[in-house]
Amino acid sequence: MDARWNFFARLGWVVALFLSIAAPFVLGSYHLYQLTQVLIYAIALIGLNLLTGYNGQISLGHGAFFAIGGYGVAILTTKFGVPYWAAIPAAGAICFGAGFLFGFPALKFGGLYLALATFALAVAAPQMLSYKGFDAWTGGAQGLQLGKLRAPPWAHVSADTWTYLVALIAALALFGFALNLVGGRIGRALIAIRDHAIAAETMGIDAPLYKTTAFGISALYAGVAGGLSALAVGFVSPESFTLPLSLSFLVGIVVGGLASVGGAIFGAFFIEYVPNYADMLSVQFGESAKALPGAIYGLLLIAMMAAAPSGVIGLIRKIVARLFGAERA
Amino acid sequence: MALFLHQLASGLALGGIYAIMALALVMIYQATQLVNFAQGEMAMFSTYLAWKMIDSGWPYWFAFVATLAISFVGAVALERAVVRPFAKAPILASIIVFIGLAFIFNACAGWLFGYSVQSLDSPFPGRPLFGVGYISAHELGSIFVSFVVLALVYVFFRFTPLGLAMRAAAQNPASARLVGIRVGWMLSIGWGLAAAIGAVAGMMAAPIVYLDPNMMGGVLLYAFAGAVLGGVDNPWGAAFGGFLVGGLENLMGAYVVGEEVKLSVALAIIVGVLVVKPSGLFGRRIVARV
Amino acid sequence: MIEPILRARGLRAFYGAAEALHGLDFQVDEGGVTALLGANGAGKTTTLRAISAVIRTEGELTFRGHPLTRRSTEDVARLGVAHVPDGRGTFTDLTVEENLRLGAYTRRDRVEARRDFERVFGYFPRLQERLFQQAGTLSGGEQQMLAISRALLMRPSLLLLDEPSFGLAPLIVAEIFRILRDINRNERVSMLIVEQNANLALDLADRAYLIETGQLVIGGRAEDMRRDDSVRRAYLGY
Repeated sequence: MDARWNFFARLGWVVALFLSIAAPFVLGSYHLYQLTQVLIYAIALIGLNLLTGYNGQISLGHGAFFAIGGYGVAILTTKFGVPYWAAIPAAGAICFGAGFLFGFPALKFGGLYLALATFALAVAAPQMLSYKGFDAWTGGAQGLQLGKLRAPPWAHVSADTWTYLVALIAALALFGFALNLVGGRIGRALIAIRDHAIAAETMGIDAPLYKTTAFGISALYAGVAGGLSALAVGFVSPESFTLPLSLSFLVGIVVGGLASVGGAIFGAFFIEYVPNYADMLSVQFGESAKALPGAIYGLLLIAMMAAAPSGVIGLIRKIVARLFGAERA
Repeated sequence: MALFLHQLASGLALGGIYAIMALALVMIYQATQLVNFAQGEMAMFSTYLAWKMIDSGWPYWFAFVATLAISFVGAVALERAVVRPFAKAPILASIIVFIGLAFIFNACAGWLFGYSVQSLDSPFPGRPLFGVGYISAHELGSIFVSFVVLALVYVFFRFTPLGLAMRAAAQNPASARLVGIRVGWMLSIGWGLAAAIGAVAGMMAAPIVYLDPNMMGGVLLYAFAGAVLGGVDNPWGAAFGGFLVGGLENLMGAYVVGEEVKLSVALAIIVGVLVVKPSGLFGRRIVARV
Repeated sequence: MIEPILRARGLRAFYGAAEALHGLDFQVDEGGVTALLGANGAGKTTTLRAISAVIRTEGELTFRGHPLTRRSTEDVARLGVAHVPDGRGTFTDLTVEENLRLGAYTRRDRVEARRDFERVFGYFPRLQERLFQQAGTLSGGEQQMLAISRALLMRPSLLLLDEPSFGLAPLIVAEIFRILRDINRNERVSMLIVEQNANLALDLADRAYLIETGQLVIGGRAEDMRRDDSVRRAYLGY
């Protein structure tokens, strides 16, 4: 069965790659923009999944790292004139550092307390971002305008297309890295630490190092995603990085599938389009439709935990197994 | 000096609200080793119910009691239907379920009651005591209600057979079953009590922070901070922690970090306590680590 | 022949998917004492857990005619079966008095319950001295007395005891067994005792069974078991 599944997974990746390269030729600029957002979310979701799905460390506050990435790119490009293609990796590196550092105290917390602490981080982040004392850097409550990304003249493509391509390249690189990571020794170590922490230690796995590194890497991903988002949207403000953002990341990895890299794509589509859909409905049905995304998220979270704990990816696996008659599903 | 006293007084009023929320959180934690991330949203929803009743003409204290009763029963049903099935699943699953519940309660409140900010009048109207500027009637009343709740809960657990059975079920469910205690129902009743307490917190908070679907987010965070500070396995420590956090938040906000970043005080408390002394001021168990 | 108060026939018990008891037949007579003997890991504790419905069971297991196999632990307790588990099962963070009150939790007869408190203090006066002490601070022997008292306060018809002598000094053990005999005689409480100390158990019991890896090896009247050569050599050590 594994061989069959691997074939399907690989097929899935090829199809996704093909579609993503074809997209700019087919889609109008608004849809392309949405697809860019999907790529951005997918990057963030992989990051979170590495930490929570594969390594079992629950983070409810990844929106904060997303914010650090976004503000990092904004500050580097507007205050220091750093070109965007350097600002993004720089912001990613800063986030890696921040995540790695946060990972140290996180070692002391059990799963539940880490969830509490990261929840606190998510709730406090917008306030800290709008703090008057940092006004000079962060622009306070107004935030920072960095202007949308513009395509270089030699490329002969629209700004939206260019932004999409930048996001695509970043996504490909980061997806590739993640697939490599989880498929190899490190991925197995992360999972071992999640499931049998004490056994893993006795086998010589340096759990603290792996766990803090996992935190760093997941923060890096969220930071890169945040940076790309800042470039795509054109500004950052504290209101862009509230608790619901962090929680929607959680929804994304649950829906897509915990401990799955490919699942991030499904999760990203979900968290990008559901609020959009609800917004459309609210035009028709008035303000009460604002409640729809939250209700859908909530119901799905519970339903998926009850019926499909491995997310969409898990369901697909089951369907593939059923269709192609495997003895071991 | 007057400003200081005023800050202290309103800090204590908020602290009382945090204290009883922290108590509710710790009650559930002691029985299940889980923190109910949806406690704030449940309390908010209960407060909206009360508001609806009062808006329809019911007298305040009548609506108050009715809300407590509805919250209790609703939470018992919720625990049996939604929470219990995940009792044996990994904690991540339960946390996800709680977040799901939080989303749902928040959405229902927005859908049923609208997103515009409403006001819920305090049941303690009238001029402030001790002259203007020290403490308002609501703040005093709120502190009083908080103490009453704490006292009632204490008496319940310490002196009634049901309270004793609930304590036993939380500490040692296996032995509790052997003496015939229906441990499952004790859990459900615990949830009911926690929801009722949360409803009180919400109703005391509404005149201060105003009623809208997102009113309890900050309150919940401060309650977490209080519970962690006081010791998450000690209900009275947690309540004390709540008062302390309330006072700290206000004083830090007024004199140190400024009003806009008060929430980061809560974050600092949580991370700080968990790093330095995970069992909190009064707790006993050490957080496991690998 | 009087109906036994507890009867098992073809009793199988499972820890998850693993079968731990493979079809046991045994009984406890009304008003009698049955001993369950065997080496470590033989399945004695498992048998008591099976009766208290702590683990999944199949087969016939009846208490005064009520089947026990599909009930919850609380229901079995409320039927009149008091289980003193291995490790005592005391609520260590509660006081002695609170532990005792929990024994009487399910009872409706307030006055009788109060009298039972007195009776229990009659058997174990030491508990009265330590009434408001935290149960976890009591010595091993005192905790055993507390566990038995808590069980008695349930006014059970059947008392299940898991290794009452474990970890206790011989003098205390002798005292406890003497009191158990008194309880059986005066209160007419039937007992099923799991013990590694076969001598003590056979002294008290009128019926005994020997278990080995989840199966019954031999069973019968206690005096007969005492005199049986193979049993004596293998399990009594002489």
